[in-house]
Amino acid sequence: MKVTTKDVEYIAQLSRLTIPEGEMEKFTEQFNQILNYADILNKLDTTGIEPTANVLPLSNVLREDVAIEGVSQEVALANAPEAFEGGFKVPRVIE
Amino acid sequence: MKYTTVIGLEVHSELKTKSKAFCSCSTEFGGAPNTHVCPVCLGMPGALPVLNRQVVEFAIRTGLALDCEIKKFNKFDRKNYFYPDLSKNYQISQFDKPICEQGHIDIEVDGNTKRIGITRIHMEEDAGKLVHSGATIKSSDSSAVDYNRAGVPLIEIVSEPDMRSSAEARAYLAKLKAILEYTDVSDCKMQEGSLRCDANISVMPEGSSEFGTRAEIKNLNSFRALERAIEYEVQRQIELIEDGGTVVQETRTWDDAKGMTLSMRSKEEAHDYRYFPEPDLVPVEIDDAWIARVKSELPELPAARKARLMKEKGLVDYDAENIVAVKAMAEYFDEAAKHTDDAKGIANWMLGDVSAYLNSENVTIEDFPIAPANLGEMVNLINKGVLSSKLAKKVFAEMLKTNKEPKVLVKELGLEQISDEGAIVKIVEETLAENPQSVADYKAGKDRALGFLVGQIMKKSRGKANPEMVNNLLKEKMR
Ligand SMILES: [Zn+2]
Repeated sequence: MKVTTKDVEYIAQLSRLTIPEGEMEKFTEQFNQILNYADILNKLDTTGIEPTANVLPLSNVLREDVAIEGVSQEVALANAPEAFEGGFKVPRVIE
Repeated sequence: MKYTTVIGLEVHSELKTKSKAFCSCSTEFGGAPNTHVCPVCLGMPGALPVLNRQVVEFAIRTGLALDCEIKKFNKFDRKNYFYPDLSKNYQISQFDKPICEQGHIDIEVDGNTKRIGITRIHMEEDAGKLVHSGATIKSSDSSAVDYNRAGVPLIEIVSEPDMRSSAEARAYLAKLKAILEYTDVSDCKMQEGSLRCDANISVMPEGSSEFGTRAEIKNLNSFRALERAIEYEVQRQIELIEDGGTVVQETRTWDDAKGMTLSMRSKEEAHDYRYFPEPDLVPVEIDDAWIARVKSELPELPAARKARLMKEKGLVDYDAENIVAVKAMAEYFDEAAKHTDDAKGIANWMLGDVSAYLNSENVTIEDFPIAPANLGEMVNLINKGVLSSKLAKKVFAEMLKTNKEPKVLVKELGLEQISDEGAIVKIVEETLAENPQSVADYKAGKDRALGFLVGQIMKKSRGKANPEMVNNLLKEKMR
């Protein structure tokens, strides 16, 4: 087992996700399955090959520095659960 | 025990582009909350970033000005963390392949030149702004997030831990700020947050080769805050060690009102950013031609300008250093110096009365009320003997209020120095006739009597008689 339930708890915490108590084992198992599958790639010899930064055969996709009107405040806040004085209202940041 | 302080600075500078780094929203400062936003900078699902060419251009320019090596292969990475000012829950940054590496800045402290290394410069995006409901972040039940600033391009300039005192850190930041201003890549307004500084500070026993554990100090919004925070933090660490404690590696914030650094404990437990290549952006490859073109367009930098002022204008090292420290000061100087042959006189006024005014009014040279041409003209009037240095101060004070031409003010205020011999002779003769005792004293060898007589004449002429002529005439008449 590469990944333990402890790792899953940690990753869930970093991702702000709550994993129901009974499902911890299932997640751990699935994590390991994914990693084992990805391990197939490790069997390939990659000496002398630069790490791939992007799978597309492209570089230098750039825009000119021109400002364009975005969306209105009303539209920006349309999906906000709560708004306050034109801002997205969020709960207490620091404990 | 004696300790050595070790300081490294991380400086974030907002780039002066018109649009954001990865979307076309305006970068204009201010504006109502969430009015310079779009699906990309709001982190809407499916929105895709496209890099602004000018960001790369500015980063190359900065790198060249700081003698860095420009890396040809560039990619972006995601720095993952949860904080409400980050709409996507990751910041697009450069992790292991920064655009610039291994540069340096030469600073001068107490007449010694020291080279401070620059480890790297990378491109990234700024975060949004939190407006807290309470007075401080700790006393607030909620905050309102404004994403106008989210996505504004930044460069982060990371120094080597080469500084050993708050004075060196200040000199480094001042020099870096000047270079960023000269290259025109940033506004460098510390008050508005377009230039921000974090300091990594540690102490170690003198002579030790191993650095102590460092604390990272954030929220340094002025040169003064940087200096005070370093001095406070160094003292705190030394006292902690002397009391048998150990310094913990942590992030601390500078509280300017309290004059101390405070530990920051956020909800985030660990700083595990899980960097990975940003899949939505393709690499940027910078070729030699691009670098050569930016290099050829590089404007005059502070060091070159200083050398020019010393060579062409005859300024001394100290004056030239202080004039070029702020680009707008150097520009004011150049403009004023066009109107007089006495560049040294301009420098004296700028570093004296002009700087004193700027400090007392807490304004920058851009808002200085006297036009450069008028300052140059005033220096001419002093050199021609029209104005004594004392009357020049009066004209200067009046120009601050009205910005009228000094010639006009001299007339309006009736301040012309009397240099007409006939007029002065008349006053001298009158004064001698009124003070026979002083004349006798002078002739008896009492030099103090001369001073008294000069004083009487200046009083009669309301300070306008040319003092040199008065002196000569007095001596002549009493011979
Ligand atoms: Zn946008």
